[in-house]
Amino acid sequence: MSSVPARRSRFPVVGWWRDPWRKPRILEGITWLYIVWTIVPVVIAILFSFNAGRSRSSWQGFSLQWWVPPNPGDSEALLSRPDLTDALVHGALLAVLTALISVPLGVLFAIGIDRWRGRGSGTANFAMLFSFVIPELIIGVSLYLLFSRVLRSIVSLGSGAQLIGLITFQISYPVIIVRARLLSIGKEYEEAAMDLGATPAASVRRVLLPLLYPAIFASFAIVFADSIDDFVTVSQLSGDASTTTLSMAIYNLSRASPTPAVNAAATVQLVGTLVIVAIGLLLYRGFSRGQSGGDVGSFAQL
Amino acid sequence: VEVAPTESRRARRRREREAARESGVWYPRAFWPSFTWPALVWITIFFVFPFYLIFGIAFGTFDFLDQPIPVYQPWYWDLTEFKTTLGRICCGADAFYTPVYVRTFTYVALASAVCLVLGYAVAYFVARYGGRRRVLLLILLVMPFWISYLMRMYSWQSMLQEDGVVNGILRFVHLINTPINWVGGKPITVVLGLVYGYIPYMILPLYGALDRINQSLLEAGRDLGASPARTFFRVTLPLSRQAILAGIVIVTLPMFGDYYTNTMLSNSPVTNMIGNLVDVAKSQRRGDAKAASVVITLLVIVLVPMFYYLRSTRKATEHA
Repeated sequence: MSSVPARRSRFPVVGWWRDPWRKPRILEGITWLYIVWTIVPVVIAILFSFNAGRSRSSWQGFSLQWWVPPNPGDSEALLSRPDLTDALVHGALLAVLTALISVPLGVLFAIGIDRWRGRGSGTANFAMLFSFVIPELIIGVSLYLLFSRVLRSIVSLGSGAQLIGLITFQISYPVIIVRARLLSIGKEYEEAAMDLGATPAASVRRVLLPLLYPAIFASFAIVFADSIDDFVTVSQLSGDASTTTLSMAIYNLSRASPTPAVNAAATVQLVGTLVIVAIGLLLYRGFSRGQSGGDVGSFAQL
Repeated sequence: VEVAPTESRRARRRREREAARESGVWYPRAFWPSFTWPALVWITIFFVFPFYLIFGIAFGTFDFLDQPIPVYQPWYWDLTEFKTTLGRICCGADAFYTPVYVRTFTYVALASAVCLVLGYAVAYFVARYGGRRRVLLLILLVMPFWISYLMRMYSWQSMLQEDGVVNGILRFVHLINTPINWVGGKPITVVLGLVYGYIPYMILPLYGALDRINQSLLEAGRDLGASPARTFFRVTLPLSRQAILAGIVIVTLPMFGDYYTNTMLSNSPVTNMIGNLVDVAKSQRRGDAKAASVVITLLVIVLVPMFYYLRSTRKATEHA
């Protein structure tokens, strides 16, 4: 209870434990152990894509045989496994389209809902936030019912349904990111522009939108990364085998006997996602120069 | 401008509009709402309507091929299928869903408790003692968000194989002599898998709240003679209460709808959760109505935490 130095003890550990000003070695240890625990399994999975044997769990030496086929006609390496490469391409395509459609919708919604103070704005905001917190499985099943039972003749299960599902699930991310940004911008800039004679539309397009570029690029990166890794929505709404994404392929193959080619495919997707996120981060920093909150820390907080 | 609280909403709006028009800052009435229309149309067609469709199918009927026919009018709803589901959940001869629901609650409670304790320690360290390495630590903490959930589970699944890294380490330190089959229906594997999967979602809100706490409050506590532990329990913990609740809600909501973590890490009916019931039901005869009924029970379970979260975020934006 007191802040005087702890009484001396015969055991140095006791004195160290009682010292109220000691460095937080235990917390530091927990934190680094936690980080090792989160990162190392993934690093090991990446290493195993270079395994010389068929196993993804026991190391048999280094080889590139799961990346490039050692001899033509061998169909087990990633580059000669159309099921895996098609899944990678399909997932990336879905993620790009999802980002291109959901970010504009979400940004417009965020601007509107932030300024609209009339009847109906509460309900609209509620519906959007509701779609953000609801478990993905519920959205997935409800859209599965929609596309398999009601809209079957217009959009059936498959790529179109997957795209619509991803957009629906992702649309709230740009809304939240852009609204957080709007809170820190305030209305002064647009009002100044209008005071100087800009029309409402021009003040949004020429003043507000450029101020939102950091948030918009961050939204693109986050929606892309989140959609390409999505599992629940795309698997609930998938049609035939051509609409398999990598997450679905991992799920299906992991219960058979996966070879390190699966690890190689997962590595490709991981590197691709990290590159996109890094580009998003750079654009975020570039465009938020001179504005508050343009550092890595605030990007991480998004 | 001081405004009497008795001024009616309409009068205030008119006064504000007049003032705005004079200053040149005036927007047409539908200007801001029109920004929200595209997204609102989308949300209505692809979120609100399908959400209602769950009820239409669960309480609907079937044609002669056992295909479900959604019923949209609540006064024609047929509760037979839903009552069957309820009978399977509780209290009856065929209450074979009961263990699944109890298990789901147990797993979610255990996993989110571990997430909270471990996540709090990590968030606390980074927020208070991150120092120069704070950016690096933050990047490492958000790293899992950029890695596919299924890849992370696949990594563990590989490490937990009988000839995998985990058994290798345990045998190396002589904790075990024969390899353990970790991925053959062990509850602990599934709970730790859930922790591994969702703990990043717990750490970030905790970090945000702990980072905002004014350090001088803690120093004041210590100056006034409180021990570190007492300062923590009397100052830090109460100040992070909101974030703790938000973090718990954020991790439990997706856990309740999870069916892939246990499939990847155990693939055994003894670790099935509610999500598996939904996923499996879809392929059964008259399965859509079964799946929809289970989804409704899931919805009832997550409704309270969901509304708590919505209310607390609305409060937060109002105060900002």
